[in-house]
Amino acid sequence: MNKTLTPPRPTRTGHVRPRGTLAWRAHGDRLSFLLRPRTLLVCLSLLLIGALTLAVSVSVGDYEIPLSAVPSALLGFGERLDVFFVQGVRLPRALTAIGVGAALGVAGAVFQSLSRNALGSPDIIGFTSGAATGAVLAILVLGAGRLAVSLGAITGGLLTAALVYLLAMKNGVQGYRLVLVGIGASAMLASVRDYLMTRADLTDAMGAQIWMIGSLNGRGWAEVTAVWIAFALLAPPLLAVGRRLRLMELGDDTAQGLGVSIQSTQIIALTTASALTGAAIAVAGPIGFVALAAPQLARRLTRTGGATLVGSACMGATLLLLADLVALRALAPTQLPVGVVTAVIGGGYLIWLLYTEWRDGRA
Amino acid sequence: MTENARLSGQDLTLAYDQRVISRELAVTIPDNSFTVIVGPNACGKSTLLRALSRTLKPAQGNVLLDGQVIGSYPAKEVARRLGLLPQTSIAPDGIGVADLVARGRFPHQSFLRQWSAQDEAVVTQAMEATGVSALADRSVDELSGGQRQRVWLAMVLAQQTPLLLLDEPTTYLDIAHQMDMLDLCADLHAEQGHTLVAVLHDLNHACRYATHLIVMREGAIVAEGDPATIVTADLVEKVFGLPVRVIADPETHTPMIVPLDRRGVRRHHD
Repeated sequence: MNKTLTPPRPTRTGHVRPRGTLAWRAHGDRLSFLLRPRTLLVCLSLLLIGALTLAVSVSVGDYEIPLSAVPSALLGFGERLDVFFVQGVRLPRALTAIGVGAALGVAGAVFQSLSRNALGSPDIIGFTSGAATGAVLAILVLGAGRLAVSLGAITGGLLTAALVYLLAMKNGVQGYRLVLVGIGASAMLASVRDYLMTRADLTDAMGAQIWMIGSLNGRGWAEVTAVWIAFALLAPPLLAVGRRLRLMELGDDTAQGLGVSIQSTQIIALTTASALTGAAIAVAGPIGFVALAAPQLARRLTRTGGATLVGSACMGATLLLLADLVALRALAPTQLPVGVVTAVIGGGYLIWLLYTEWRDGRA
Repeated sequence: MTENARLSGQDLTLAYDQRVISRELAVTIPDNSFTVIVGPNACGKSTLLRALSRTLKPAQGNVLLDGQVIGSYPAKEVARRLGLLPQTSIAPDGIGVADLVARGRFPHQSFLRQWSAQDEAVVTQAMEATGVSALADRSVDELSGGQRQRVWLAMVLAQQTPLLLLDEPTTYLDIAHQMDMLDLCADLHAEQGHTLVAVLHDLNHACRYATHLIVMREGAIVAEGDPATIVTADLVEKVFGLPVRVIADPETHTPMIVPLDRRGVRRHHD
């Protein structure tokens, strides 16, 4: 404890850097970055785990392909059936999982950062619920095909996000208001869906129900292309506002004092992250809990104060890939929708998170 | 005077939603002063500071920074001229001390230039000036209230702004750490030539440290100037409704406010 009246004299010589960082500079100071070896290590480890999971996902199944035969099948030579399963079925499914997981991870990190709340993910603040309602409307009322269902999901999600944002706004947006309004909106939208389901015929209702759980079954190259293009377009603007988001975690006044324009940052981040979530949901349905858990896990592993966008992307991708492998093999030959697995993992995570927050007296 | 000062407000009407706090307020912060704003609770002193720091947009009138309306500058440009220590800030869980102080460099950084040698040197200096160098690798969560406030001040210092605005920097601190914080502010003012504007609760602290005092009541400025000339028993009674004697502080010879003993008197009145 520092109880002296005179300030303690400096006890260290040399320069101070944030702990666990290295400085990298080139061209004088025109290029200069703070590197965090721990974050780098965590990301590389996640990528390695992801790569191993990818190899296993591609090789196992009712039709086993030995790991040794996977590389040749990937490149398109090898046995014809191997090539068919790897290139035509399993690889696109795994790549969809990676794209969707990365998108959900980044979007979740942005939403949590904006709401300054570990629960402020698109699942909780109503976006996912809005997307599900949009899709269910498209399926049950319009009898739509897959593309229209995706559009319904995106529209529903964006409308809900805009509505929640506007309702939560009063002299700027407070994080807890965003979470509370979002929970209210989710509950109302759930009742709309329930009502629609009671009016629908059985086959349509089944289809809608399966869509709502979120699944990667039968996803092919079209979905891979869609989600990866969305990610390539939407992730860069988020990375560009990433530093501003981290400053906004210090409080609006402090961030503004440091030169962050709050409203424009909020709007850029919210629309981009919403679009990214929308793309993920359009491709795979509302897969729950990845956006909630990935940023928090990444943050704890990298030990950075605040959200880490790159870490969350790596974590989300690896988590979803692993979850999908479990979904495929846990009750084989029955394939579970991956949303069931993420819900089980995510539910456990949520309980643990709330428990530790209560214990530390923060919630 | 208004034309020359770096920071001033003209014809300010300040309001939250429909609730008007101040009307037609004119204020000038003398350059190189340690200006302290005092007044009873809810007199609008923090509101005025928020307007001066552009965290509250005036309903009418303008705050001028270096001759231009403050809202017309890009956000980062203001942050290179004017630093703000708000009443409440949030330290994210597990953030390190040096990490937090380093965030003060944001207005000087860009996407490709995130940690220059100058950034590092300035952060080191700011931490030395506030006496938190030894805490560099600790988590902000672990620190005492006094240490934490020094860290936040270091972050604002790392912004290297000629103007520093502090909203009740001593609230929540015990008496030793309050004096500690104010001594630090006075040193920054004297040695580094910062223009300081602080909102303070304690009138005696204000009289002791301010070179320019602004006294507010019900949203208006009642008196301003050198504490030694403007602080009188009449003024304090008028502003705070408290009968006092003003004597010379035996330590600094600045005005010192001593409330009259009313224990017997009050009972008779009630």
